[in-house]
Amino acid sequence: MTDTATTTLTKKDFVSDQEVRWCPGCGDYAILAAMQKYMADSGADPANTVFVSGIGCSSRFPYYMNTYGFHTIHGRAPAVATGVKVANPDLSVWIVTGDGDALSIGGNHLAHILRRNLNVNILLFNNEIYGLTKGQYSPTSPVGTKKKSTPLGSVDRPFNPIAFALGCNATFVARSVDTDAKHLTRIFAAADAHQGTSFIEILQNCVIFNKDFYNKVVDRSVRADMTVDLVPGEKIVYGADKDKGLRFTASGLDTCGVDDAEVWDPSTATVSQAFAISQLDTDPDTPKPLGIFRAVDAQIYDESVREQVEEAVSAKGEGKIEDLVYSGDCWTVG
Amino acid sequence: MTKIETPGADLPLQQLERVVIRFAGDSGDGMQITGNQFTQTSALFGNDLATLPDFPAEIRAPAGTRPGVSGFQLQFSSKDIHTPGDEPDILVAMNPAALVVNLGDLKAGGTVVVNTGAFKANDLKKAKLDKNPLEDGTLDGYRVIPVDINARVLDALVDSPLKTKEKSRCKNFYTLGLMYWLYSRPLEPTITWLHEKFKKRPELVEANVIALKAGFNAGDIRELFQGQYEVPKTDELPAGTYRNMMGNDAIAMGLVAGAKMAGLTPVLGSYPITPASTILESLASYKHFGVITMQMEDEIAAICAAIGASFSGSLGITSTSGPGMALKTEAMGLAISAEYPLVIINIQRAGPSTGMPTKVEQSDLLQAVFGRNGDAPVPVISCSRPSDAFQLTIDACRIAVQYMTPVILLSDNFIANGAEPWCLPDIESLKPFPVVFKTDPEGHQTFARNEKGARAWVKPGTPKMEFRIGGLEKDVEGNVSYDAANHQAMTNYRHNKVAAVAESIPTPELDGPDSGDLLILGWGSTVGILTQAVETSRENGVSVSRMHLTHIWPFPKGLDEIFSKFKAIMVPEMNMGQLTRILRGEMPQHNFIPFTKVTGQPFLTTEVVAKIKNVLEG
Repeated sequence: MTDTATTTLTKKDFVSDQEVRWCPGCGDYAILAAMQKYMADSGADPANTVFVSGIGCSSRFPYYMNTYGFHTIHGRAPAVATGVKVANPDLSVWIVTGDGDALSIGGNHLAHILRRNLNVNILLFNNEIYGLTKGQYSPTSPVGTKKKSTPLGSVDRPFNPIAFALGCNATFVARSVDTDAKHLTRIFAAADAHQGTSFIEILQNCVIFNKDFYNKVVDRSVRADMTVDLVPGEKIVYGADKDKGLRFTASGLDTCGVDDAEVWDPSTATVSQAFAISQLDTDPDTPKPLGIFRAVDAQIYDESVREQVEEAVSAKGEGKIEDLVYSGDCWTVG
Repeated sequence: MTKIETPGADLPLQQLERVVIRFAGDSGDGMQITGNQFTQTSALFGNDLATLPDFPAEIRAPAGTRPGVSGFQLQFSSKDIHTPGDEPDILVAMNPAALVVNLGDLKAGGTVVVNTGAFKANDLKKAKLDKNPLEDGTLDGYRVIPVDINARVLDALVDSPLKTKEKSRCKNFYTLGLMYWLYSRPLEPTITWLHEKFKKRPELVEANVIALKAGFNAGDIRELFQGQYEVPKTDELPAGTYRNMMGNDAIAMGLVAGAKMAGLTPVLGSYPITPASTILESLASYKHFGVITMQMEDEIAAICAAIGASFSGSLGITSTSGPGMALKTEAMGLAISAEYPLVIINIQRAGPSTGMPTKVEQSDLLQAVFGRNGDAPVPVISCSRPSDAFQLTIDACRIAVQYMTPVILLSDNFIANGAEPWCLPDIESLKPFPVVFKTDPEGHQTFARNEKGARAWVKPGTPKMEFRIGGLEKDVEGNVSYDAANHQAMTNYRHNKVAAVAESIPTPELDGPDSGDLLILGWGSTVGILTQAVETSRENGVSVSRMHLTHIWPFPKGLDEIFSKFKAIMVPEMNMGQLTRILRGEMPQHNFIPFTKVTGQPFLTTEVVAKIKNVLEG
């Protein structure tokens, strides 16, 4: 696409002709709208953009984007996207998944795409519940979650998606919230700019089966005190008056005054600081971290795969079928 | 022990038409290398040949035990042959376990070359033998050539700088040299191979060459055998350029060629599994042919990555064996529903579950044809032998792109690891089938179909053609649809599209009279055995015809007419009668007689000949 074509696009150009069928009030609407606007504002080319999803409520996302889209099978979007991106690295590839799709049935593929550092963006909508199958607990539900399949409460400990991604050596890890379009957009832009796998956990409200599960941290009345936004190059501060800070100590993290607050650097050599911050919300008195946990450069899978082919072609010359078949020890009869 | 004098053994050089030789030893003894070297040398010498490697799944089962025995059988001939032979004429046994595991297969009065250096008390114990089979009459009736190979190798390498353990590992080349002398084979091809194989360790090249020559000279000097044999080169192979070929290598080459014919980049997603891994390994070495390979985290990821590649406009390929096929099932359904080309290769092995990974079976046929949720048809093709695998793989690629469908290509352990001379095709004569991607948005519908029933292929990156697609039922526009009539119509389209593949495949040729009492109908790797069995039956005065299927789903056209001229159709297969079930379902009017075997070993020619006789005599 030419520049003139892309600069004239608006949010409407990224809205597909399909009727959106999420439940009224679902957090997915806000994420979809933020994405459509981000695409238009960032000058994305719909023809060069692919949304790949698995199965679940969130995985209907591609149908509503007027880009290329592939609604695949449960948990396997990262694997399908690997083929999509390696076969055509020029495409801008976005994976949309949920806490069940990515962390239950597809946990293996999520781990491996993060390890490989495929140059794609992953949006994990985390509502801590299974929506499409009507309300069973998910691998991110807290212990004790009482739902239809766990009438006495769930007994398995949940995943922390951020810690999972950091543990997989992900090169870009962030968290945002469905209701904060401005924050979401900022994170989309950072993820889009990052070369390698960008992993974004988006806290997302399931109004039917887990309504307002996140209100103890993201409700407007408590949000300032119960969340902390990690902004690269800025001090880690929070609170309605931005009067509280966090600093690293030998044993992990400690709250402090603004003056002593750490300047956040998500690109440190080791992942230990990001990991320490990811554990903050295990304590109900400390804020839930949002923003960018990790942003580092590393070898990119799709680029390296293509480079090996290009190097082999330039070293050996482009192979011909004759050379392949008529090689090795041949002999002639007659 | 009794030695039986072979007639003419005093002659210095005796000509034979064919020889079946089996090398057997511990899985650490290098028997597969020995067998492959003998095969390669015989191929270059100009014999027709067929091979049957038989090895344990364990890389190194406990040394000297019966489960650790690795064997390699080959038949080489001055005539056109079809099988690795039912019974070896000569058995080379490197230890007691190898001897007792294989002796039962040796033909009556056959020759056993025994490495006597490996028959000490401890060796016998490992093989669970109370008595020494060299001394207890076990070998009565066979011609025994005792050679202390362990000692002879160390003698030959007395000046080598290698450690004793490394010297001992040269014993397979001593053995190979001995067999080269016995059958008058040249040493040069193996010496050349050794130089290439160990080019970074010249001391290993030297030691193995010395061992090879020592074995060869031992035949001469020690007068172990009363004479040499010669199997002259065959004059029955058609004119052409040949190379010795194993099935998986032929499939790997066929994938490169097939993608080239389609004008697409081949993208393989795979996960290592016996006996399919060498396809991944071969393709990974073909990067300069523009091949992309991805070793994925599991079987599901492997097929999903291949489907993703097809979505992007490449030729997605995945290679596996039965357990992997089971895991890929759901993803196959996605490719069927979204209608993307995909080549799925199943190198069958004995099942169910993990089964016997290194043994042969044809028991994944029903899985291939029917094994998915929903009405989910795919074309199924089967290789028969290493020499037809290249062409059939290209055909799998053709069907996949022309009909926008996954195609399952079946092979098996016997084809994968067996070798035979392959008359190389004229590359110029291969007919390309270039893919034309649709780029014109005018009036385009995602699931509009051409005359073959195939939808158009649109690549992401194409302006104004953006579409959303997936595994949910869709209408002609590609939009999700739960409409009842639409689901029936789409199911019919998918069914009819696969059925229409029959229009593009040839009716198999009939071997023998076009009518009679009995037709032998085979598929897959039984082709050589069935060909031989039918020839033998005819030599015995029995009239029998034979046909072999390569395209199994859909069946080629014209079968009903052919079958109607036979009173009975016998279907030999290495499963419990899977093709028979499909045939009875599709053409219930004919008299199909199943003939099944699931031992993990191929049919013997004699078994099939006896069954033919049995059926005809009622």
